[in-house]
Amino acid sequence: MNRVHSLLSGREMSIVGALVAVVAVTAFVNPSFVSPQGLHDMFLNASIIALLAIGQTLLVITRNIDLSVGSVMGLTAYLSGQMFIADSGTPVIVVMLAGMALGAACGAFNGALVAIAKVPALVVTLGTLYVFRGIDYGWASATGVHQINADQMSPEFLSFGSGSVLGIPHLTLIALVALGIAGYALHNWRSGRELYAIGSNPQAARLAGIPAGRRVFTSFVISGALVGLAGVLHASYFGTINASVGTGKELAVVAAVVVGGVAIFGGSGTVLGAALGALLLTTITGALPILGVPAFWQRAVDGAALLLAISLDRAVMLRVAERLRKERSLRRV
Amino acid sequence: MEATEHPSVPLLELRDVTKSFQAVRALRGVSLALRAGEVHALAGENGAGKSTVVRIIGGEHQPDSGEVLLDGEPVRFSAPRDAQQRGVAVIHQEPIQFPDLSVAENVFMGRQPLRQGRRIDRRAMHRGAAEVFERLGVPLDPARQTRGLSIADQQIIEIAKALVADARIIVMDEPTAALSAVEAERLFRVARGLAERGAALLFISHRLDEMYALCDRVTVLRDGAFVTSSRMSEITNDELVRCMVGRSVEQLFPTREHEAGADVLVVEGLTRAGHFNDISFSVRAGEIVGLAGLVGSGRSEVARAVFGVDGRDAGTVTVNGRPLRAGDPKAAIAAGVALVPEDRREQGLVLELPIERNTSLARLRQVSPAGITRQSRERALAAAWGERLGLKYGRLADPAATLSGGNQQKVVLGKWLATEPSVLIVDEPTRGIDIGAKVEVHALLSELAAEGMAVLLISSELPEVLGMADRVLVMHEGRLTAELSKEEANEETVMYAATGNGRAGEEGSAA
Ligand SMILES: Nc1ncnc2c1ncn2[C@@H]1O[C@H](COP(=O)(O)OP(=O)(O)OP(=O)(O)O)[C@@H](O)[C@H]1O
Ligand SMILES: [Mg+2]
Repeated sequence: MNRVHSLLSGREMSIVGALVAVVAVTAFVNPSFVSPQGLHDMFLNASIIALLAIGQTLLVITRNIDLSVGSVMGLTAYLSGQMFIADSGTPVIVVMLAGMALGAACGAFNGALVAIAKVPALVVTLGTLYVFRGIDYGWASATGVHQINADQMSPEFLSFGSGSVLGIPHLTLIALVALGIAGYALHNWRSGRELYAIGSNPQAARLAGIPAGRRVFTSFVISGALVGLAGVLHASYFGTINASVGTGKELAVVAAVVVGGVAIFGGSGTVLGAALGALLLTTITGALPILGVPAFWQRAVDGAALLLAISLDRAVMLRVAERLRKERSLRRV
Repeated sequence: MEATEHPSVPLLELRDVTKSFQAVRALRGVSLALRAGEVHALAGENGAGKSTVVRIIGGEHQPDSGEVLLDGEPVRFSAPRDAQQRGVAVIHQEPIQFPDLSVAENVFMGRQPLRQGRRIDRRAMHRGAAEVFERLGVPLDPARQTRGLSIADQQIIEIAKALVADARIIVMDEPTAALSAVEAERLFRVARGLAERGAALLFISHRLDEMYALCDRVTVLRDGAFVTSSRMSEITNDELVRCMVGRSVEQLFPTREHEAGADVLVVEGLTRAGHFNDISFSVRAGEIVGLAGLVGSGRSEVARAVFGVDGRDAGTVTVNGRPLRAGDPKAAIAAGVALVPEDRREQGLVLELPIERNTSLARLRQVSPAGITRQSRERALAAAWGERLGLKYGRLADPAATLSGGNQQKVVLGKWLATEPSVLIVDEPTRGIDIGAKVEVHALLSELAAEGMAVLLISSELPEVLGMADRVLVMHEGRLTAELSKEEANEETVMYAATGNGRAGEEGSAA
């Protein structure tokens, strides 16, 4: 009965299918890829990108985009290092909240320019991509701290990043919680549905009385907070930080979102799809060296996946539109 | 003022409102009072300012001067949201939807029924949407995606939105433009019910009979200025037209001497599974054949299949004795077929382009000697057509988007009519255009037929079909249920067949 719904889950199913195929082929070449440790690493690697992708989905659904995610992530990763330099006993939760707050502030800056000053998000966030990165480098050179290593951070912080509960990494758990909340809100809350409405037809959204500016601003703030959290988690997982953390991540994130079936022109897509997209792309990247593909090809994967997904979406869109138009006379309930 | 004859305070009142768009003075001193329990008609030609009034009441535009009063208190709506929160619902002339969302979500956006924990209650939402569609008598599937719906269905969604809003003031900007008499009658019943329960309604239509059937009071605008306001029962049809147009309109339909020639368009056994079945008819040179039926009966689909925009599963289409390939509009155009589509805003007009460019798009050759488009010729052509159809515009170089709804229709119509095809299929040619322009369009169609063109006229407006057509085909749920000669065709016979009571059409005439 629910055509909209079945289309969406169709996309998610095909990502899962692709994922199974990639894993099967790679495991055939090297069985350790599917060992408990291998799977653990696979999820761990995908978690940070998934977190970014969840935030990005909120924006892309509203016909916006945030290209500054890599820089914001770098900034909050660096912030967490600096907090430990200032006080090596800083509680983990305080660092996380500080990272989220800084991320949210960056998001608020982007959001204000987009929602209030009405500058296109592409332009705003392309600008802040460099501005935030500049602040990051400026901070590093002003303090003379170019690299922060594991021994400068608290052991609790490091063990949180690499720890797990019942075999599930902490990072993956956090991504799952974020996924659950965002997915629930997008599906069940009026404000969530309004994000789709804004992206689907901004003019109709205004006529429907939706406070579009406020919704878009809030999306930027929430997405910023998630990106901020991702930066902190990156620091706690890798244990070494410099001012270039997160460089180029925007490509991976946008690719994950689009591969996950979130329409780049807004109005449709799910956070589950985006998270699966993130998992698929990181898995492919992880599989390439095992399959003997030279390392320099790995960056190209994200770009190629992005192009492929957009072309595919376009083709599917046209077919669906055509079918819906033709079905319009068959509309008995 | 009216206040003396109605002691009660109007729910909503406009006092001496003016509004300009750059050089265009869309409203100059308009006053209007909407009272509880009353249906108020707003009449005027295309571009008279009706939709501008609607947008001011709905909070989309703010008046330059004058005031809006709600329950006697001055208010200022700075966005549609403000108006909605104060109990105003608007049915827009050009329905705009969220194409990615389901029909039910479109209807309920912003006011979805909730259950525990502020969750949207989808079940209740679908039920609610199905109920409204039931009330309107159009069985749309609430769960389907909105993308690709016909204009009529979009209009129904637009109406449903206003109905579920539970508003006290309901403004309907040409809600019936895409509907046939049956759906319109249903809407009127619903509208009367709302008025009885104390709502104030504003109703806009270019069909005078609808105003008389539904409304208690009428206000007429001309060129943005207030002309008159009267009880509906105290103004005659002629007076009303004279107020709107500034002159009387003698005859809505031209008298035609019908002298049909040979068959030009012959359709046999045309079938498209799930849409229509075994459709056979022919149109002769110099003949106007009307195609009547309810919304969703498949008339536009037949037209699209004949023209080749949609494919067909069985059957043949021949033009001047030559068979047309299925699903090939280019071949149809080459064979001399033209289709003026139903959805003109989406398929016929480039909103960003200047008006003059839009009128010449289909005839670039004519305005482009040696392949270079001459703006002076383009402008002369546009001006000539604008004159003929009574187009109201600021400058011909303005984008088509600044035209009023009806004037946009006229631009597209002019563009296709002048391509001079041998078979002309027009889908709802007078939808949304005012009475003066209707007369022009009718005269034009009749002229074209007199010159030997074969015309297939699809119209939801029964008087138009009866007044124009030499023969009337009636469809019901994808089948031809009657073929009536001019003498046989009248309101009863057509409606009888349109509601599914006819026999299959007389096959003999299609040969
Ligand atoms: N956004 C705009 N920019 C410029 N001109 C506009 C704009 N909106 C309306 N107008 C002009 O204001 C005048 C009134 O338009 P309006 O849409 O109110 O007419 P209408 O009475 O609703 O006509 P119709 O019967 O064709 O719908 C028209 O001349 C139109 O061109
Ligand atoms: Mg209008």
